[in-house]
Amino acid sequence: MPAACAPGLLFPRHMVAAVRACRGAVTWRALLTLGLLLGYAGGTFAADAAAIVATGNGRGASPCLGCHGADGGGEAAAGFPRLAGLNAAYLRRQLESFASGSRVNPIMQPTARALNADERQALADYYSKLPIPAGLATPARPMPPADSAGALLARRGRWSKQIPACEQCHGPGGVGVGAGFPPLAGQSAAYLEAQLTAWKQGSRRNDPLQLMQHISTGLDAADIKAVSLWFAAQPLRSHGDAP
Amino acid sequence: MNRAHALIGITLLMLAGCHGAPSPAAATTPPAKPHAAHAGTSTAAGMHAAPTPEFVPPPESAIPEGPFGDMVRQGRELFVHTDVAARPYVGNGLTCANCHLDAGRRANASPMWGAWGMYPQYRRKTGSVNTFGQRIQGCFEYSMNGTAPPLDSTVVRALEAYSYWMAKDAPSGVRLAGAGYPRAGFTPPQPPDYHRGQQVYQRKCALCHGPDGAGQEVAGRYVFPPLWGPDSFNWGAGMHELDKAAAFIKANMPLSRGGSLSDQEAWDAAMFMDAHERPQDPRYRGNLMQTRQQFHNSPMSLYGTVVNGHRLGSAPSKP
Repeated sequence: MPAACAPGLLFPRHMVAAVRACRGAVTWRALLTLGLLLGYAGGTFAADAAAIVATGNGRGASPCLGCHGADGGGEAAAGFPRLAGLNAAYLRRQLESFASGSRVNPIMQPTARALNADERQALADYYSKLPIPAGLATPARPMPPADSAGALLARRGRWSKQIPACEQCHGPGGVGVGAGFPPLAGQSAAYLEAQLTAWKQGSRRNDPLQLMQHISTGLDAADIKAVSLWFAAQPLRSHGDAP
Repeated sequence: MNRAHALIGITLLMLAGCHGAPSPAAATTPPAKPHAAHAGTSTAAGMHAAPTPEFVPPPESAIPEGPFGDMVRQGRELFVHTDVAARPYVGNGLTCANCHLDAGRRANASPMWGAWGMYPQYRRKTGSVNTFGQRIQGCFEYSMNGTAPPLDSTVVRALEAYSYWMAKDAPSGVRLAGAGYPRAGFTPPQPPDYHRGQQVYQRKCALCHGPDGAGQEVAGRYVFPPLWGPDSFNWGAGMHELDKAAAFIKANMPLSRGGSLSDQEAWDAAMFMDAHERPQDPRYRGNLMQTRQQFHNSPMSLYGTVVNGHRLGSAPSKP
């Protein structure tokens, strides 16, 4: 491909062909203007995630760092989750869910709806590449005993209710697996508790195969609290969750 | 429809004709439907219900202190982390617990408490009466695509101790409800179909087992096991047979949603899984059709049959 067409990677294929076909009919000045405009548009197709994180997108999306921290580590006590190092496809899907309402959240919904698809993808990519904040690699909580209610749910499950051990899907210690099963290790206990409760109550319905909706029916409030605390106390590898 | 499909279809139709009323509807704690809007996959007509198991194994906390209890605990560790705890004998990325759920405790997922009391028994597969330890050796040779640990090895003795402990108070020589996979009377409404199975796989299985059945790993170990290919069970393993796979899938998959697939979906998914290449049967001696004739002469085995233009077993996966 000729070097001049390289920016055409940002152009739909048919547009490149159209421009070539029209080359004789338009002036070079018009072409240059068109190219600059489209190049600029191409620049915003790769939306500036860092800018949105810091200052919002000027169309209703708040600056992400306000709740999720400048390092993407969230704020555990407030229940604002870590985003740094999470799987990009998972993150993008959550933004879509907030926007559609399959994940009900009065704070996230207006922001998610104010982001377009490219911005959501850019933010997801951005956060997925952030390193685990150093302060989170070591858990702030002591490890609950191995025979505690939370540990048993996380590592053994409750098969009488067809609940496998959480680790069977979320990985050993809850480090997360791929795009479908996010890391739970070192995540805010308040956040985890809120999610399990949301599945149970029906305000979060975006889980594939409704796995979490079914699982949550077999957990009571004490279970939810215990297993959330257990995962919050699990260490995160400082090089992040390798899906 | 190729000959394999015809054979399977005819056999299944004959089996269907041979069975009377279906198993009584079970009260096996199905998960309550969480929200009316999410009825999800409803049970199809003719849904197969697994019988309610009566036997409950002792809790893990009841494993005693002392040398015997240590052996039981070691057996559990081997069961759940087979690929690392029994590494010299394992040739793939699986663990016992992948197919014997809840560390071998789960009814209708071939629990150890259901197997222990049925040995020694005559097995057609070996043409001889086998002890429980010999049965375990077979697991390593086929399901684990590895080599048989010696009968007096710690591996075998620990797994025996674990199974024996789990079967405490279960009657010996009695086939218990919940033993094995619920195959009795379980037939598909239509002969299993690869392409339908592919649809089921993509919708219901790929989330965990990956788009190409290769499973998903974290830090070099599988969290979700591979279902075919070099790191999965070989052609000699029981799971390669359609009726076993379908019954396992119906009762247990997707994980945590056992019973949610229709009978047809379970059979189709089993067909799809079992119609992929995997490592060679260790009994293969150079002639595929001879191996089929000797060891796979059943409509439940796709080994040696042609599916989608490919003769299965002719290009086995190389670990």
